[in-house]
Amino acid sequence: MSQILPQDQIDAWQEKLADHQHPMELAVDVLRAIQHHHGWVPDEGVELAARLLGTTPLKVEELATFYDKIYRRPVGRRVIRLCDSICCWSRGGEDIAAYLQKKLGITLGETSSDGAFTLLPSCCLGACGEAPAMMIGLKLHGNLTVERIDQILAAEGGEARP
Amino acid sequence: MREDVQVLFKNRRPGETLFLDGYRAAGGYQALKKALTRMTPEEVVEEVKAAGLRGRGGSGFPTGQKWSFIPRGKPGIKYLVCNGDEMEPGTYKDRQLLLADPHQLIEGLLIAAYALQTEVAYIFLRYAYEDCARRVERALAEARQAGFLGDNILGSGFSCEVRLHRSAGRYILGEETALLNGLEGRRPNPRAKPPFPVNEGLFGRPTVINNVETLANVPHIIGGGAAWYRGLALTEDGAGTKIVGLSGHLEKTRCVELPLGVPLGEIIEHHGGGVWRGRRFKACLPGGASTAFLTREHLSVPMDFDALTAARSRLGTACITVFDDRTCMLAATLNLTRFFARESCGWCTPCRDGLAMVVWLLEKIEGGTANQDDIHMLQDQARNISGQTMTGAMSGPMRKDYVFKVGARAFCPLADGAMAPVEALLRLFRDEVEEHVKKGRCPF
Ligand code: SF4
Ligand code: FES
Repeated sequence: MSQILPQDQIDAWQEKLADHQHPMELAVDVLRAIQHHHGWVPDEGVELAARLLGTTPLKVEELATFYDKIYRRPVGRRVIRLCDSICCWSRGGEDIAAYLQKKLGITLGETSSDGAFTLLPSCCLGACGEAPAMMIGLKLHGNLTVERIDQILAAEGGEARP
Repeated sequence: MREDVQVLFKNRRPGETLFLDGYRAAGGYQALKKALTRMTPEEVVEEVKAAGLRGRGGSGFPTGQKWSFIPRGKPGIKYLVCNGDEMEPGTYKDRQLLLADPHQLIEGLLIAAYALQTEVAYIFLRYAYEDCARRVERALAEARQAGFLGDNILGSGFSCEVRLHRSAGRYILGEETALLNGLEGRRPNPRAKPPFPVNEGLFGRPTVINNVETLANVPHIIGGGAAWYRGLALTEDGAGTKIVGLSGHLEKTRCVELPLGVPLGEIIEHHGGGVWRGRRFKACLPGGASTAFLTREHLSVPMDFDALTAARSRLGTACITVFDDRTCMLAATLNLTRFFARESCGWCTPCRDGLAMVVWLLEKIEGGTANQDDIHMLQDQARNISGQTMTGAMSGPMRKDYVFKVGARAFCPLADGAMAPVEALLRLFRDEVEEHVKKGRCPF
């Protein structure tokens, strides 16, 4: 299990959850921690989370497949979440999407061949005043233009996960 | 310009966050002190009721009234939950509040907790608001250090714990019972009501759920008094100010704080800088993706709860998305419906399958392959999903009762809200829809 979550983190979660009146309250946090470390949540991650939380893998799976920010399949080193909701759409979001796909050589939902980026369409990111917008990891980038995208991708490309 | 009355944004500075020292220097935590030392919990509830504060999360329910439903004197734990899962497209106001002034929310939350006598409060934040989460975390630590939160707050004997919950995305978490399931670590489908959360909410205990902006208003009401607060609005039945988020085809897309009741057209012209690129105004969503479109004829409508209901739309979150005269309203509606279809939690058939059907029909019309029957089917679907057929068919004294029980076909308001723009498209832009069919292509 060590690649899924380091032993010291497993221990810390165990301690925290043992203390907690309602351990399931932290289910999303446990999944997020696994994803943060491993990049995505494999079957072993679901099982590990279930063991830590004292529940069944099925209950964890119900959550893991519901939230769209939890990945049950491998993703690139960086995940780009491009907003396609109404404000971004109204300010040229479709052109931005086309440019990103061309630049990365992939369509929405795919990972670039060098494994650097996964490009996902996303619902509103709460950045409607800075439309069009995208998030890379947990960082928001607004007022996107072709030039801004070039700069952002150049800066983010080499980095590890958040 | 009516930006002279700044209440919620009074501490906002571009690109800055106000933390404890600044917040206290600006008079912060005085209202909490006042509530805890000079008011009973019931008096706080009464003051909020008298102030006429209505929920700022979209539904507009009177806050004081909601608070007064919580059972008092019942042994055991009660909860207060701050709903920070704002995810309605077009709506980004809570982020602005939290980025500028996180302590304002914490103070409001603590006053509300005192009024409700809840000892555990949660702040539930959406995934995309990580920048806010970090500020809230720091502000919570500062407040604890200063004795504003935790055990025996300010020596008053009242104790309250505040926990921050980060979510992992999905619009449905904004629905309060889905949010409760999310907090409990269950699959976040909405729950059947009754029981209502005030009686049986989080972990089966009485729970009040309020939006970020709603709670941010509370310190000001307690500090300034109900009469002052009521007087801030321009309309007679309105109360207070409202954070208005501007987006879409405007020159200035930004968040401003305005008294409730400023006419829509004035907001668009003065605060949004007018329609972009010198074009003309065609339509807007007045309060997020689940509100019906308004057109030129509505520009004089005051932005307030009742006036917008009278205009057959809703104030919603008062975040306005504007469309210029080159916008295909059908394409805009298709975008909105795709959002709702994707975000359907899948629990009930009218929403899970019905929204997909509406998307399909809209795509067909937009793509130029639809005929008259498709328009009728679209109309039928929209009525069916939002329950309009049923309510329309009923009459007489039974009607209200019946509507309450089976009026809406879908299980929760998501599907109903999804149909608001579709219904408005067919009502206000029927000719555009027909033109698509007649020409066999999009005319824009
Ligand atoms: S209306 Fe939609 S979101 Fe609401 S319960 Fe039904 S399927 Fe879920
Ligand atoms: S619509 Fe794109 S961030 Fe809100």
